[in-house]
Amino acid sequence: MSSIQNRRQEYRSLFKQNVAKRLLVDKIVRIIVFSCVIIAIIPLGSILVEVFKNGITAISIEFLTDTPGSVGSGEGGIGPAIQGTLIIIGLSSLIGVPIGVMSGIFLSEYGDNKLAKSVRFFNDVFMEFPSIILGIFAFLIIVLVLGHFSVWAGAFALSLIMFPIVARTTEESLKMVPTTYREAGTALGLTKWIITFRIVISAAKSGMVTGILLSVSRIGGETAPLIMTILGSSQFFSSMDTPMDALPLRIWRLSLLPYDSAQLQGWGAALVLIMIILGINLGIRYYFANKKKYFLQKFD
Amino acid sequence: MTALSTKPTDMETSNLTNIDSKSAESKYKMIAENVTVSYDGIDAVKNVTMKFKEKSVTALIGPSGCGKTTFLRCLNRMHDMTKNAKVTGKVMIDDIDLYSKDIDPIYHRRKVGMVFQKPNPFPTMSIFDNVTAGLRLNGIRDKRILDEIVEDSLKMAYLWDEVKNDLKKSAIELSGGQQQRLCIARALAIQPEVLLMDEPASALDPIATQKIEETITELKKDYAIIIVTHNMQQAIRVSDYTGFMYLGDLIEFRETKKLFTDPKDELTAKYVQGHFG
Repeated sequence: MSSIQNRRQEYRSLFKQNVAKRLLVDKIVRIIVFSCVIIAIIPLGSILVEVFKNGITAISIEFLTDTPGSVGSGEGGIGPAIQGTLIIIGLSSLIGVPIGVMSGIFLSEYGDNKLAKSVRFFNDVFMEFPSIILGIFAFLIIVLVLGHFSVWAGAFALSLIMFPIVARTTEESLKMVPTTYREAGTALGLTKWIITFRIVISAAKSGMVTGILLSVSRIGGETAPLIMTILGSSQFFSSMDTPMDALPLRIWRLSLLPYDSAQLQGWGAALVLIMIILGINLGIRYYFANKKKYFLQKFD
Repeated sequence: MTALSTKPTDMETSNLTNIDSKSAESKYKMIAENVTVSYDGIDAVKNVTMKFKEKSVTALIGPSGCGKTTFLRCLNRMHDMTKNAKVTGKVMIDDIDLYSKDIDPIYHRRKVGMVFQKPNPFPTMSIFDNVTAGLRLNGIRDKRILDEIVEDSLKMAYLWDEVKNDLKKSAIELSGGQQQRLCIARALAIQPEVLLMDEPASALDPIATQKIEETITELKKDYAIIIVTHNMQQAIRVSDYTGFMYLGDLIEFRETKKLFTDPKDELTAKYVQGHFG
């Protein structure tokens, strides 16, 4: 009869089996994980290198500030496209960010009901919507009704892309804030909106900013909805009711032209777009990194 | 097993009368009458009636899951935040029923401060901003008043000497014990009349615990304090009255000394002697 002591010895010896094999498996898994990361990075890195290599030769002061020259001449610049992209990102954010943030607050703080469940569902569906359909929608309800292409229609279409992303990331960041802070606020006799806006949001700020930046980057590169709404133009912005240019539209047009000089300008425009989005990301992150001096993200 | 199923309603009432007759001159600050809390229809606190005196410490003890924290959270309507919790009964503070329909809980909650089990200072705020959160966010901006209250509250919580030169420092840079005393100061800053403490020292080391206990003893001079604790020694050290809860029932509620030396109920006796926990 084996005593419990003997059995324990037997169990312990089980752990000594296959040590070499287990260590080998561990190593192989590690190699696979790292290889996959590298495989994922290669195309990303080569795109950046390619854009930079080709684009940098096109860039000059005139290129950044001039209106496009005649087709195939290789002259002129992308001034109107840069201006248009900044305008359209700004306007879309003005519409999309507040609506998205408020929806996210609703979903997280007031979202324990049927209405919120359906909002959450449609929000998720909306997030996966092909952007050209949103463009067609904006075309139908704004461009066709007004009878002309419109900057508003473009901003509207892009804000439709933005707000589900912002709403979802806001909801997720607010949910990460531990309930104990809400309870502490409640125990201090604070009203729900003060707790939400002054305590919960300030603790969730960095996640919310990430979501907003993600949505800005996403709309910065959108082309299809803009074709349907602002069309593109070779002139600087003149009014909300006329076509306007934007970088993705300009890149698309330039890349379709059968001239080397035009394609080079397309590379240049692509580089400028990447730089603008990178700049917005870094700028806003830097601003908030300095502002949130107390917040060390130390939730446990 | 028979002891476990005893319904101690008579005992309870007689105990309450005992306290009544003992010192009739001191007033009750808070009275909980027939409080029942249920989660999804399952009772977590069953028909509990307790009276809390001014300038005294009442401890709630009992094994895990006995409903003491649930009961404590009724006393400032904290269950409003939990969707599936239902509270019946009355909680009177002075002569106002916190659960009455024409009461605004937001206003009356300010009379009842609360300190939680785990220190929860607001992570994005400085020490100063944490203490004054309940005031500033309710619209009190007078710098002179805020400064005074910060100093008073931190002194009452025995934290002033340690932080008086770093009031602008982030609250989460403090140690766990300091954070908990900061939370006490934050609760005191809204000038409550009753202070609820939910195992305030359970996450702290012995030295920090001792400081919190000193704070409680000092605060007793002005407040009615109700403290939930797992630690019977702590109940003996800091409280004047102790209530023993088991499976949602209040089994026995008496002066602390008597409850621990001469428990009337068999179940209480077993618990305070450490036969189960």
